[in-house]
Amino acid sequence: MTDTKITQQFFEALPHANALGIDICFVGEGKAEISMPYAEHLIGDPQTRVIAGGAVSALMDTCCGAAVMSHPDCNGATATLDLRIDYMRPATPGQQVRALAECYHITRSVAFVRARAHDDDEDRPVAAATGTFTVVGAPCSGNRQSQCKWSSKGATLRSRHL
Amino acid sequence: MVKQRRDAALKALVEGVPYIQFLGITFDRRGDEITSILHFKEHLIGNPVLPALHGGATAAFLEVTSIIGLSWSMLWDDLESGELALDELEAGKLPRLPKTIGFTVDYLRSGLPRDAYARAQVTRSGRRYASVKSEAWQDNRDRPIVQATGHFLMPRRNG
Repeated sequence: MTDTKITQQFFEALPHANALGIDICFVGEGKAEISMPYAEHLIGDPQTRVIAGGAVSALMDTCCGAAVMSHPDCNGATATLDLRIDYMRPATPGQQVRALAECYHITRSVAFVRARAHDDDEDRPVAAATGTFTVVGAPCSGNRQSQCKWSSKGATLRSRHL
Repeated sequence: MVKQRRDAALKALVEGVPYIQFLGITFDRRGDEITSILHFKEHLIGNPVLPALHGGATAAFLEVTSIIGLSWSMLWDDLESGELALDELEAGKLPRLPKTIGFTVDYLRSGLPRDAYARAQVTRSGRRYASVKSEAWQDNRDRPIVQATGHFLMPRRNG
């Protein structure tokens, strides 16, 4: 419960999530649900007043990231590796968009996520997404050693040049 | 004169889209090539600890770059052939924008808190569907921060 709170607060403190007006409805156990209210500045097609695909992408990315962070096997921050989004239909102007994401598999280094988004009509999704995210597991000594190797190699190279 | 007409057409196309203004994207045109610029603003930050640009913001940047690049290539032809008049464009008679069908973004490096640049390349443009590749970078053109491919549904043309 406290973990959920922390993740929730973390995401609400992200400047871009704030700018989009994103609201976290639920996060926990590798699942997340967030919403984005309809707003003038999100309009991507001035003629139909439908919100921009990019805004839905940003919502999906945030929701997937929240799902990963809330997974019990993820101990820290995450970053998107790739994200694929299919747009099934335009979101109805004036309605909020809600995204649901699920981290369905996680390894020591990669998390696999799927998500969908809908407006007030929950039976007809607006968009679907699949993505992979980085996982920073428990401190890994192997990683650190290899980093040391690189830095010492760098140092010798540099000293040779000198 | 020709240059002014082209710049005015691009301006009319871009200024009508509120989301482009919200992200703070501008476009630099050299002939038929467009470079879009995502001007850094605090609200584009996703991770305040690093700090890094929000993945959603960079994805949106590439999607906007792709849509404008695609629209511009259609507009360019119509404008050159005289099928589309500039005063009509400026009066708000804008062509319909392509609709995104699918968009895949690969995040290669984290976006630093500074300006980013992007270019789109239309790899296929048909009557109904078009495919666009795009790439964004910051300090070094050879070290892209994100790349994307997208498929778009083209707006219906008259006739």
